[in-house]
Amino acid sequence: MEANKFEEVFESKLAKNEMVEPKDWMPENYRKHLIRQISQHAHSEIVGMLPEGNWITRAPSLRSKVVLLAKVQDEGGHGLYLYTAAETLGISRDELLNNLHTGKAKYSSIFNYPTLTWADIGAVGWLVDGAAIMNQVMLQRTSYGPYARAMVRICKEESFHQRQGFEIMTRLAFGTDEQKAMAQDALNRWWYPTMMMFGPPDSESPNSENAIKWRIKRETNDQLRQRFVNQTVPQIHYLGLTVPDQNLKWNEDKKGYDFSQPDWVEFKNVISGNGPCNKERLAARNKAHNDGAWVREAAQAFAKKRKEIYEAA
Amino acid sequence: MDLKTALFNYTLRLGDTNLILGQRLSEWTGHGPFLEEDLALTNIALDITGAAKSFLEYAASVENKGRTEDDLAYFRNDRQFFNVQLTELPNGDYARTIVRQVFMDCFDFYFYQELSKSKDETLAGIAQKSIKEVTYHLRHSSSWVERFGDGTNESHIKAQNALNELWQFTDELFEMNEVDEVLIKEGIAVDLSIVKTKWDQYITELLNKSTLSKPENVFMQTGSRKGVHTEHLGYILAEMQALPRMYPNAKW
Repeated sequence: MEANKFEEVFESKLAKNEMVEPKDWMPENYRKHLIRQISQHAHSEIVGMLPEGNWITRAPSLRSKVVLLAKVQDEGGHGLYLYTAAETLGISRDELLNNLHTGKAKYSSIFNYPTLTWADIGAVGWLVDGAAIMNQVMLQRTSYGPYARAMVRICKEESFHQRQGFEIMTRLAFGTDEQKAMAQDALNRWWYPTMMMFGPPDSESPNSENAIKWRIKRETNDQLRQRFVNQTVPQIHYLGLTVPDQNLKWNEDKKGYDFSQPDWVEFKNVISGNGPCNKERLAARNKAHNDGAWVREAAQAFAKKRKEIYEAA
Repeated sequence: MDLKTALFNYTLRLGDTNLILGQRLSEWTGHGPFLEEDLALTNIALDITGAAKSFLEYAASVENKGRTEDDLAYFRNDRQFFNVQLTELPNGDYARTIVRQVFMDCFDFYFYQELSKSKDETLAGIAQKSIKEVTYHLRHSSSWVERFGDGTNESHIKAQNALNELWQFTDELFEMNEVDEVLIKEGIAVDLSIVKTKWDQYITELLNKSTLSKPENVFMQTGSRKGVHTEHLGYILAEMQALPRMYPNAKW
């Protein structure tokens, strides 16, 4: 087949809502975009283990400790499916990790904010996983097969996490005065960073156009952000907490809330390495990887010896 | 010692040992040597912490004074904890964590097989559930001992150092006191001398297979059966218990 024939097949798959699979021909910029997006997502899961892991040893009840351990384990599992999905596009795990460790690859900048109190574990589950689901639900029908299938499983687990987070917030918000204050404080600190998770306003988002054509994305940043606010504000009211936005107002015409934009200057700074925890997160990932080098080498050396014994027999 | 006191104390010992080991293991979450291993260790921490919860729930119900498993976990001080000292030692490098783990997994593997025959139905039930999990844990830690022992020179040295340092804490696993005597008579507790024979045999074979040497003539540490611990436990509890103690009236 000639090159333009390949392209035609690819385009017709997109048009018919069919999946593109690893062995199918795909345009180079499609492959690149997917590697970037899937690996960013994988890195986010792995780095995201750090702020949540921060509270495992201090979880205030045995039940909440077990639940949090299970949750953080799920996040690691998501990282694993996603790295595997990225590998089907012809890049190795070592290369992907190297891009993370050297700061070349990005991860969700939300994880560059600290988890200061137990309420932050509630807020991360409820708001951050809630926003993640909103971004990810559409990816279950994305055009690249391995990514879409990974997302089906991930979305199921994420909605479980969101309920867990909301449960922590509920206990706090209906608990003692001190617990309620803890919940409000967490909401105040996580509200705007969560809104940033949908990315810059559409007018400034360079990746959206192709992403929508390729079904890597199905809604724009601003549409998703609006939907998140509409969904979350009633939950905040249910908890008896206050939305930290004086401009928040129901707009009957658009059947949605008007709200303040997050601080996009802060967003750009956190993305480019100046958030409160960027350096710590990257240092922690690098330390784990470097400290683990002798473990990986031992496993390889052992496997090699066993193979030689097996082949000699 | 009456039966109820003995059963309460015995169940606390099992609960505390699992709780503190789970606490230590979960410090690895997010920091493992590679992703698959990070997941495996977190999963093991989860199983072990789950077992701790079951034992402490039962201890609270045996005691029958209105305390919950969380009261037992979060509102006792270090002199009231009965976990074996091996569990509270710092993780160290991965070889040290794995060697500690193989000691504990091997103990649990044989211990739960015996406990599953207990006349106490609750203890037998927790043991039956745990056997499945511990079978996997032991396979995991044993396979790493082999890899380290017969892997690289560096991994061999690290594993041997860990063995040499931790061996002094292994005898405590098998110590029996009045609590055990009272309960063994009733067919409730496990005769740990049976477990010790099997443990010794398994560990000796594993170390041989892994080209590692079993430490000899080691002076053995003791204390946990009386609530006497290393300096490390105080810090573990300070971290673990901080939040409930800061807000004693709160429910989480």
